[in-house]
Amino acid sequence: MTRRSDTAITPDASASASASASASARPLLDVRDVRKTYHLPRGQTLKAVDGISLSVMPGEVLGLVGESGCGKSTLGRCLLRLTDVSSGEILFEGQDITALKERALRPLRQQMQMVFQDSYASLNPRRRIGDLLAEPLRVHPDPDGRKRSRATITARLHELMDLVSLPVSALERYAHEFSGGQRQRINIARALALSPRLVVADEPVSALDVSVQAQIVNLFADLQARLGLTYVFIAHDLAVVRQISTSVAVMYLGAVVELGETDAVLHSPAHPYSAALTAAVPRPVVGAARAAPLGGDIPSPVARPAGCRFHTRCPFVQDRCRVEEPALHVIEPGHSVACHFPLAEG
Amino acid sequence: MMIALLRRLGQTVFVLFGISALVFLVFFATPGADPTARIAGRNASPQTMEKVRQEYGFDRPLPVQYATMMKKLFITQDLASYVDRGELVVPEIARAAPVTVSLVCGAAVIWVVLSIAMGTLAAALKGTWTDRSLMMLGLVGISMPVFWLGQVANLITQSRYHDTWLFSWVPGLGYVPLTENPWGWFKALVIPWIVLAVMFIGIYSRVLRADLVALSGEDFMRTARAKGLSPTRILLRHGLRTSMITFVSLFGLDFAQLVGGGALLTEVVFGLPGVGRLTYQALTNLDLPLIMATVMYSAVFVVLANAVVDVLYLFLDPRVRDAR
Amino acid sequence: MPAETIPMLPAPLLEVRDLCVSFPSRGRMIPIVEHVSFTLGERDILGLVGESGSGKSVTAMALMGLIDSPGVQITGSALFRGQELVGLAQKQLLRLRGSEIAMIFQDPMTAFTPVYTIGWQIDEQIRAHERLSRKQARARTVELLADMGVPDPARTADRYPHQLSGGLRQRAMIAMALSCNPSLLIADEPTTALDVTVQAQILDLIRSLRSTYGSSVLLITHDMGVVAETCDTTLVLYSGRVAETGPTDALFAHPGHPYTAALLASIPPLDGPRPHRLPAIAGAPPAPLERPAGCAFAPRCSYAHETCRDAPPPLVPLVPAGQAGQAGQAGQNTGAQSAANIQQQSAQFAACVLPAEGTLLLPRLLEADTAMSSPGGIILGLSDQGIQPMLSSAGEPPL
Repeated sequence: MTRRSDTAITPDASASASASASASARPLLDVRDVRKTYHLPRGQTLKAVDGISLSVMPGEVLGLVGESGCGKSTLGRCLLRLTDVSSGEILFEGQDITALKERALRPLRQQMQMVFQDSYASLNPRRRIGDLLAEPLRVHPDPDGRKRSRATITARLHELMDLVSLPVSALERYAHEFSGGQRQRINIARALALSPRLVVADEPVSALDVSVQAQIVNLFADLQARLGLTYVFIAHDLAVVRQISTSVAVMYLGAVVELGETDAVLHSPAHPYSAALTAAVPRPVVGAARAAPLGGDIPSPVARPAGCRFHTRCPFVQDRCRVEEPALHVIEPGHSVACHFPLAEG
Repeated sequence: MMIALLRRLGQTVFVLFGISALVFLVFFATPGADPTARIAGRNASPQTMEKVRQEYGFDRPLPVQYATMMKKLFITQDLASYVDRGELVVPEIARAAPVTVSLVCGAAVIWVVLSIAMGTLAAALKGTWTDRSLMMLGLVGISMPVFWLGQVANLITQSRYHDTWLFSWVPGLGYVPLTENPWGWFKALVIPWIVLAVMFIGIYSRVLRADLVALSGEDFMRTARAKGLSPTRILLRHGLRTSMITFVSLFGLDFAQLVGGGALLTEVVFGLPGVGRLTYQALTNLDLPLIMATVMYSAVFVVLANAVVDVLYLFLDPRVRDAR
Repeated sequence: MPAETIPMLPAPLLEVRDLCVSFPSRGRMIPIVEHVSFTLGERDILGLVGESGSGKSVTAMALMGLIDSPGVQITGSALFRGQELVGLAQKQLLRLRGSEIAMIFQDPMTAFTPVYTIGWQIDEQIRAHERLSRKQARARTVELLADMGVPDPARTADRYPHQLSGGLRQRAMIAMALSCNPSLLIADEPTTALDVTVQAQILDLIRSLRSTYGSSVLLITHDMGVVAETCDTTLVLYSGRVAETGPTDALFAHPGHPYTAALLASIPPLDGPRPHRLPAIAGAPPAPLERPAGCAFAPRCSYAHETCRDAPPPLVPLVPAGQAGQAGQAGQNTGAQSAANIQQQSAQFAACVLPAEGTLLLPRLLEADTAMSSPGGIILGLSDQGIQPMLSSAGEPPL
């Protein structure tokens, strides 16, 4: 199968984002036609992820945006093999991890970590933060295959606290003693403990207050620059995604409808859905011009419309859209869209 | 809907098959124990042994034995108990069942009505002394063992105060069939009903109160208050109605296990010849055919009651209706 | 806005003065809401904004008389059409609730009783307040649902809450709230649980209510974008106290309280150039128990004076250019009462020492600046340390 080059972010797009991107420009993560189907009672099927192909270059931050039920969280879990995919391939540094057994996957797990939305639920309330953070260091051997010594672990814990701007004394405390923002710092520290290359963050700031949210977004950005990390950043808040991402994939009902550099997608969206999504976000500016909101509701993912999945709500729908599903295709270098009639520039 | 019902029926049959096979294996196919001797009874003559072996097919493979047993139980209904001099088992259960059903149904009416009243009242007056004393009363009810309470009731109504005006109407221990004498039936059962219901009143009223109190923190209860509804209406139409979902599932299981023989102690204390007492006798005599039959009877009731609860769910909770 | 154009309006719809709500905890009274005052005119939309724990929902619940935890203390005054709501007898509250004052909630999924149809629940509210037959009530329900843009209203009325999408449920919720034609609608985070495209629809609907139903709306939200798009007047709460209040356009153009300014600055922009870093506010809002004696924002504020730490600064008006001297005097009068007297001159107030000093914050610099040219202009007396230190994005303070 020849991979559709159009679905990949071109190397030059991400090279600017990271100086550490290698010249060979092999994607860190390559997703090829991944599907995740759930079988429901009554013989219904839910295509949570419906044929997604994209790739993430080292040092890149890919933002996954979309409304509830678009499959962005499911995709995020599939990427790390926290959920098995139904079909398709996921390549991490060129290695197909889709069918790897848990044992073979374990060394790779160190390379890819996840940060979740609920900062409290992801931390065991009965254990000290230091214990929680030390656990992955105790379980996984160091890069040379040796068990880490106690001193190494302690040193690493101090390093981690410094990375996320928490005092070392935090290691002696329990999760409930921290505010939401501090807990999310701890979760980030935990994800970074094994020096991963890829971090998938699923709505990491959406439970936080605005003033705290900005701190955490900055922290993500700082860490990325400092450690040369690669993120897949899942969020429903477009403004947050814009702030942190180098490229953006807009999802609707299980599929990517538009993919490209952040500014291209959010400022000159080619897909009517991306355009409506950006327009619908209320700006903190009085008298800002507003487009008429998109009508109707998101269809149930169980009963996905035929043809273009967006045609039931699209203001520019044509006959062709109702029968033929548009494929994701390149409209300009590094910018692809799944629409028969992409919007013109501007 | 039709498909859902058929599937449900299929499940029921499957569960009954599973239970019967398990009971059969435990009692008839235990290695080292010869069921023939058990069924024939102590000191049975070789002729009887041979007859039993023939009749139950104990010389043939296990599946055939199982099939024979089921045929005798459900189709020909001529399963007989040799311990009890050849008494047919199925009619014996058919005689005992109405007694148990009468006992349990009456008690159920009392405990449902009283526990709903007590639980709702306590929830409405949460934190007051009425609430506290009602819940204390419930706890007392739970703590009193039913056989002790039964004996005390007997002591008071049958002997100590039987001759006073208060209890002179109480008939002697035993059962009066409803078809023969409805008033006598009622008089014979009213005290067993109350005794059996006491513990359940305690449990159910406490569960209901806890459920109602938990519900009062729900968003929809806040909405109901914001609508300007009266507190009574909010508690009954929104709170209690929603609580019934939990209540019914609890009730279904308790009711079924009581009808299936769980009211044993009450039956024994009040001399009621019900299924519980029958099971008890069967077990003490190791009367295998009777054990087999009573266990199957009990299983049928529990499974049926579960099916009924599921159907009630469909009525009570629209979310369940759509989920299937 | 009525309050500005007709200053001598007989009485505003809702006038809240010095509202305080405290909850008992371990033998102490914990103040959750302290001295909140605001006025809501007829057909006005007032936005109550704040972060979690700022007391915005508690304020609304107190107005509705929905707080019934034992030992709670509610003081101050809330006049609704001249009728005092604080301490009102339960019986009279029942009559007001749902008919004169209605409320909609954040999560439309859990806000409906799951075992009854949408129509049944709306009928119930109508029949609780008006003598109508089942049939008449249902007819009105269907009409209301149609008004709220619910497709196929008669059939939707017969559906259960879980069978509807989030957007439809919220429309049904609004229909129910409006069923008895309330003059005040309190909307507590009505779009927070909804997707952004559906949120836009619901906000449009709420905005249209004042013309179609003549309702005033008290909109509670944490989203500054929602406020900017929807509200005439804005009240910013911080840690249970009013930080700033004023007409939405003025407040967003020239925030007078450092908290408002910093909060607005910390929202990542969707338009214009991307900042390299977000100007975050260091630290986190204080818990009610740890609320400082002085200005609650002082520990996170780069403008904090020594005086800020002693007592909460009073609300003082921000004054248009040329009247800066008066602003200082008004500040000395202190108190919300005196502030209310000067309402005709200025409608924007901040609980901060800066306006009284004549120091005003920079107006917001925005890409979409065309909308921001507000009349009057405001003095920019900003010291040389400028806005930069305040917007520095330091981490949270040591534990």
